[in-house]
Amino acid sequence: MSFTLIGKHEKDPRASRDALALTLNEMMAADPSICYVDCDLMGCINTKQLRKNYPDRAFEAGIAEANGAGIAAGLAATGKKVFFHSFGTFSSRRCYDQIYMSAAYAGLTVHVLGSDAGVTAAFNGGTHMPLEDAGMYLSIPESTVLDPCDYVQLESVTRQLPGITRGVTFTRFVRKDVIQVYGDGSRFEIGKGVVLHASDRDVCTVIASGIMVDEALKAWEQLQAEGVSVRVIDMFTWKPLDEALLLQAAHETGAIVTAENHNVTCGLGSAVANCLAKNRPTPQEFVGVQDLFGQVGPQSFLMDEYGLRAANIVEAVKKAAARK
Amino acid sequence: MKPFNKKELEVLAARIRLETLKVIHSRGFGHVGGSMDLADLMAVLYGAVMNYDVKDPRWPDRDWLVLSKGHAGPVAYATFGLMGFYPLEEAYTLNHPHTRFPSHTDRKLTPGVDLTTGSLGQGVSTATGAALGNRIDGRQNHVFCVIGDGEADEGQVWEGLHFACAHKLDNIVYFIDNNGYQLDGPTADILPHSSLAAKAEAFGLYTQEIDGHDVAAIYQAIVNAYAKKGMPSCIVLDTCKGKGATFAEVNHEHSSQPKEDAWAEALAAAEKALAEAEKA
Repeated sequence: MSFTLIGKHEKDPRASRDALALTLNEMMAADPSICYVDCDLMGCINTKQLRKNYPDRAFEAGIAEANGAGIAAGLAATGKKVFFHSFGTFSSRRCYDQIYMSAAYAGLTVHVLGSDAGVTAAFNGGTHMPLEDAGMYLSIPESTVLDPCDYVQLESVTRQLPGITRGVTFTRFVRKDVIQVYGDGSRFEIGKGVVLHASDRDVCTVIASGIMVDEALKAWEQLQAEGVSVRVIDMFTWKPLDEALLLQAAHETGAIVTAENHNVTCGLGSAVANCLAKNRPTPQEFVGVQDLFGQVGPQSFLMDEYGLRAANIVEAVKKAAARK
Repeated sequence: MKPFNKKELEVLAARIRLETLKVIHSRGFGHVGGSMDLADLMAVLYGAVMNYDVKDPRWPDRDWLVLSKGHAGPVAYATFGLMGFYPLEEAYTLNHPHTRFPSHTDRKLTPGVDLTTGSLGQGVSTATGAALGNRIDGRQNHVFCVIGDGEADEGQVWEGLHFACAHKLDNIVYFIDNNGYQLDGPTADILPHSSLAAKAEAFGLYTQEIDGHDVAAIYQAIVNAYAKKGMPSCIVLDTCKGKGATFAEVNHEHSSQPKEDAWAEALAAAEKALAEAEKA
């Protein structure tokens, strides 16, 4: 892992999806065993170019996710490294049994991609808003579950996915606008959380992923201004969770806040709480969607509506620190 | 393909039936009906049609078998044992703790099983994906996928067939085991299919409907399927659920747990049927 933190809360001029699409295009050129299966949503994530460039390895399954997932598993059985995409709702809920049984249970690796993570589904609304997608994948044995926060991190994890040959993987990502957190060329390691701020005066650790990383950085600034020091960790790797880093943070700061663009009943906060309860019980507050359905609206409205803001993190930090 | 030899295949089918009964009898209960009705198909596939290497079950150029109706596992375990993938007696551990022979076929456990099935409909998609993968690699092999008629209630079956037609996969043959029964009763009473052959044909598959217990008809239908280029094939097998199991072929039940005397009668009848086939 090597990274530079930009953290200026500015939008990356590049569409996030291109971190995946352009990288996959390169990877497919270099590795003829990589295949791609989509469910009539190539146009949404700029992967039509894969079908054009690799017509014998990039396939349309049409609006039939269950079959698409099975096709992906069957390709994997012939030794292919297979990426499978739909919107996060459909690449989880709509084909869960297919991924579970035809791929994971059968010992076949499929790299599942879920676009429009959480509230970033915005104008497609509650029907298309995956708030439990990653939780469903967390509960599949041997799985890998990732929630990268920006263009650079998505590119870095995409390059690593074909190296995973045990279990299914699930990567949720934002289709269009993302805040640039990291400098170009930053590299991340699946299974290793990223410490963005740390000092020996930290009274709490904020563990965030995806779009909540930028909110956590804003919360850090606000708390600094108030004279409160906190640690900030980007835990894009929900599974495998970086337990060593988490337990060290719990030991050194004594309180934890998790922040996720996902339902708190079954997500990053739950994974963190599992680890803490077993190893080092620690006061924890959960910022995220509080067991609610999604709804339609601009992303900024939805982040306010569901309490996915820096202000919510600041409040949670104070609460967690007071419980020590 | 080996040349057609009626007697040899009928003897093999009778042997598969007897061994399928023995495999299920080792546990005392199981999916007798939907296993026994596939014995003739398995005899033709493994006795005359398919290329495989019992010493290297994952040989990349092998022909694949996917029992999408995964509960027919016992007929596969009997056949694979007879062919020499493992000592047949090993399969007499069906559904015992830590067995390699579970109710539903599992590619991680049993030599000869190409894909894991059990959640109905899914084997159609994975078999189709495997055919696609084999085509990418330029292999000349075939994938055989066996679908239950009850299983055809699943929408995913038709999604898979649709995909295979769209991609002109002529290296896959789908069999529909048209035995007329599913767990809760006759398919006609659950979700009537009208004609499965007509539906498959309408999807764009080269479709044949034959007597699923006639080894000559099965062999010839596969010859015809191999000759058809540019489209996948479907062979509807009209079968009798439980064929050759005295207790199951009467009521066509999905799962059977007969008493020991009924087992004895069925095993004796299957022995006799084998002896008669050998004498014929």
